[in-house]
Amino acid sequence: MSFPLLTATAALPAIGAVATAAVPAARRSAAKWLALLVSLATLALAITVLVRFDPDGTRYQLTESHAWIKDFGVRYELGVDGIAVALIALTAVLIPFIILAGWHDADPLETGSRRWRPTQGFFALILAVEAMVVISFEATDVFLFYIFFEAMLIPMYFLIGGFGDRAHEHGEEAAATQRSYAAVKFLLYNLVGGLIMLAAVIGLYVVAGNFSLQEIAQARTNGSLHMATSTERWLFLGFFFAFAVKAPLWPLHTWLPNAMQESTAPVAVLITAVVDKVGTFAMLRFCLQLFPEASKWATPVILVLALISIVYGALLAVGQRDIKRLVAYASISHFGFIIMGIFAMTSQGQSGATLYMVNHGISTAALMLVAGFLISRRGSRLIGDYGGVQKVAPVLAGTFLIGGLATLSLPGLAPFVSEFLVLVGTFTRYPAIGVIATFGIVLAALYVLVLYQRTMTGPVKPEVSAMPDLRARELVVVAPLIVLLIFLGVYPKPVTDIVNPAVKQTMSDVHKSDPKPEVEAAK
Amino acid sequence: MSAAAVHSLWTTAAEPISKIDAPKIEYGQLSPTLIVVGAALVGVLIEAFVPRKSRYYAQVFVSVVALCAAFAAVVALAAGGYGTTKAHVAAMGAIAVDGPSLFLQGTIVLAGLVGLFTFAERRLDPAAHGNRVDSFAAQAAAVPGSDSEQAAVKAGFTTTEVFPLLLFAIGGMLIFPSANDLLTLFVALEVFSLPLYLLCALARRKRLMSQEAAVKYFLLGAFASAFTLFGIALLYGYAGSVSYARIAQVVDGTVTDVDPALANTMGNDALLLIGGAMLVMGLLFKVGAVPFHMWTPDVYQGAPTPVTGFMAAATKVAAFGALLRLLYVVLPGLRWDWRPVMWAVAIITMLGGAIVAITQTDIKRLLAYSSIAHAGFILAGVIATSKDGVSSVLFYLAGYSFVTIGAFAVVTLVRDAGGEATHLSKWAGLGRRSPLVAAVFAIFLLAFAGIPLTSGFAGKFAVFKAAADGGAVPLVVVGVISSAIAAFFYIRVIVLMFFSEPKPEGPTVAVPSPLTMIAIGMGVAVTLVLGVAPQYFLDLAGQAGVFVR
Repeated sequence: MSFPLLTATAALPAIGAVATAAVPAARRSAAKWLALLVSLATLALAITVLVRFDPDGTRYQLTESHAWIKDFGVRYELGVDGIAVALIALTAVLIPFIILAGWHDADPLETGSRRWRPTQGFFALILAVEAMVVISFEATDVFLFYIFFEAMLIPMYFLIGGFGDRAHEHGEEAAATQRSYAAVKFLLYNLVGGLIMLAAVIGLYVVAGNFSLQEIAQARTNGSLHMATSTERWLFLGFFFAFAVKAPLWPLHTWLPNAMQESTAPVAVLITAVVDKVGTFAMLRFCLQLFPEASKWATPVILVLALISIVYGALLAVGQRDIKRLVAYASISHFGFIIMGIFAMTSQGQSGATLYMVNHGISTAALMLVAGFLISRRGSRLIGDYGGVQKVAPVLAGTFLIGGLATLSLPGLAPFVSEFLVLVGTFTRYPAIGVIATFGIVLAALYVLVLYQRTMTGPVKPEVSAMPDLRARELVVVAPLIVLLIFLGVYPKPVTDIVNPAVKQTMSDVHKSDPKPEVEAAK
Repeated sequence: MSAAAVHSLWTTAAEPISKIDAPKIEYGQLSPTLIVVGAALVGVLIEAFVPRKSRYYAQVFVSVVALCAAFAAVVALAAGGYGTTKAHVAAMGAIAVDGPSLFLQGTIVLAGLVGLFTFAERRLDPAAHGNRVDSFAAQAAAVPGSDSEQAAVKAGFTTTEVFPLLLFAIGGMLIFPSANDLLTLFVALEVFSLPLYLLCALARRKRLMSQEAAVKYFLLGAFASAFTLFGIALLYGYAGSVSYARIAQVVDGTVTDVDPALANTMGNDALLLIGGAMLVMGLLFKVGAVPFHMWTPDVYQGAPTPVTGFMAAATKVAAFGALLRLLYVVLPGLRWDWRPVMWAVAIITMLGGAIVAITQTDIKRLLAYSSIAHAGFILAGVIATSKDGVSSVLFYLAGYSFVTIGAFAVVTLVRDAGGEATHLSKWAGLGRRSPLVAAVFAIFLLAFAGIPLTSGFAGKFAVFKAAADGGAVPLVVVGVISSAIAAFFYIRVIVLMFFSEPKPEGPTVAVPSPLTMIAIGMGVAVTLVLGVAPQYFLDLAGQAGVFVR
């Protein structure tokens, strides 16, 4: 038996989480270093996965399969396609930066009980989330996926509810109340989504008799497993609902602004750049493969919802006074693009959507982490409390600008490529929707540039006059992300090469081919 | 007169005597019950003859040995194939020795053992007058607040009778799910109910509340027993027999040898329907299903917490076992009549328990309503009327009972000056003070909520799968919705423990003896093992899913 690489990639952060949690209370910095090392080692494993993966090979590679719960027809089945590999790599790249950026976020303010160890908990929880996210990208057994899709909520919940910004405009008491409100809202939305999916998972078992993605998809293709149209649609809706909550898609999005606003910047990045990707990824992998007909049936409605997400998210982002809420609404707009790309059912659209997931992860991480550094200096999240930061902390302002420009998809930075692909892919099939979605880009320019203008330019506000520039640790976090943004903006081929074959297969699952280009005959 | 005639005179005289067969009792196959009841009798003798000082140790020793021996007997019987191939009806048709009985007996004995550890805990309350005390009243007969009560406390009396009472209750519970005729069922019901009524009244603190709980439990329980008995009488009128197999035959219409004396009433469907309904009502009362749940919150809150934990776990196991056997062995021919009713009961039980639990402010009442909601989930598996349904219920019960005992054991640890601090507001910030205790309780709550990788999830999945297979998809949808509602209040407790600031005059967490630690540790271990690697236990429950008739 060969080395179980995929299991190791998920197990390493899990073991690391336990080890970090077990570090004695006094050895706080040891816990941090341990967590960082584990995340770097996981990155090394993820790179190995990337290298060992052959884009032109079989669909699922590095597969592992073991019996697990025979009575439920559940197997421990892992396997990655190009889309999963790209997202695992994204996760593994971002986690070390998240840990570094949150280096001091969980230092206890005052020494409470001897046994109270928030720092250890914070880093252990981040690693636990990483482990669960990675295994949900790898799982090719629906039940196995479901378990980690749900279990992920618990560490996320503690990260949101347990750790917040030091400074809060209404004082510590109010901060704790709002945090726990945000955490509960996050949990309830996602738990309800997950439980509805559970009903659909049980339904799938009753219909198919097992949970293996490959077996079911194959049985559906060769006709040995027939689903009644209404059954397929109900099951699709059950799955899609959970993923749409997680992604999040309008009108199920309202938990995200609260959660991102109340959590610390690294956790906000973890939510939007890493955890939410599981939702969009699962639409591609499970909704389209298991229920191709129902996916096509639901496409018009989903496209309209995605369109609303794009425009509505962008419009609300323009109106925000709180930096983190602004980024949250911008993310909702971007998730609209991703979902639109997936359900446009063209290969450009789906490649674009996958690329978008990766790029959105990197660009949001850059913008949000720099915003976090900014907020921790001034102690306020309100845009109106800043002004003229550019003159005091030029490096901070510069990196913030690059993150912002990436968010608005400036050509030359990575998100441009993916947004362009999504729009092209949508336009070829649904021109009207493609046109309206373009307004999202215009609005993005508005909210990003206004944000930059109000916080960074203009006269220097007295409260920010003594603001220090980025420290070495913070530079280490930001610089590589910016390099990645520029590199993938100029040369996206490494990612598209991995993603494209997988997208082709997904397209063939739903029996869709790209529309033929039509050119009016020259007269 | 010939010699032969004389001889025939003797034989005719002897004939009536030879007609009464000596009852044939398979002592070996009944050994789990016999051991436990025997130990309970020994316990009574200990109360009478052993000096007061050493009674506690003697009782604990005898009880632990008996329960371990009973468990060993269950395992030996199961290994001997009595759960599968050699399953049969023993003791002249009174007791069924088959898969479900052995599985449930094993569960009850283990739950009883863990419950016993929490009964025997003597480190939580501060020592009174130099004597270590447990959760039970110094002298049950002393009027609360009277001089005689103070004298009893001062003298260091302890109610060591709780151990034999516990063993009697376990003995009854062992017979209850394996009873194979209605009279044995009723006797078992009373044998385990009466000690429980008594145990509920024995709290050391808040004695009036405890006694009130016991009176409520007793009155409502007696009422339910009356219903059960009336149902049994009507069923006897219907079938002319109290034997499960015989009633089932009459229901199916496959009886040939009708007793002429009974021919007139036999087969009267009104008797069958009313009798069956009353009998099921009595069992639903013990299970705590809506609308027969009214006693649950008060009794759970008032009873000494170790008793609550034991009762919540073991009674539910025993009662569901009996309900399963009744519906699957006696009334399967009637399932088109009882299924719609049970559907309704399951739906209102799941929703009712989950919704009312949201407004609770006392942790014990909260767990009581949660146990009602869980009864609803289990009923969904019962309704499946398939082999999968049986085994999913068995599996659910095994997982649930350990979580319950563990959770109530944690409740005993959180204390302030007035004893256990059960009001939820006092639990605020517990995660800051004692992260370990709060984390363990959080695991139990997550298991109750059915979060994946806990036994609660595996159990819930099993029963919902069985229900969906049996065509009860709407029931599964309601189950899923009430799980979401229920998750809300479990999560609220976790929020309170971890995200709220601790109050300055908040409760402290007592450091228990190894006994309670074992109880809690067993709970955590079973929760995680059944959650992560449930296959072995699913197999076990699957093999045990066939009733003997």
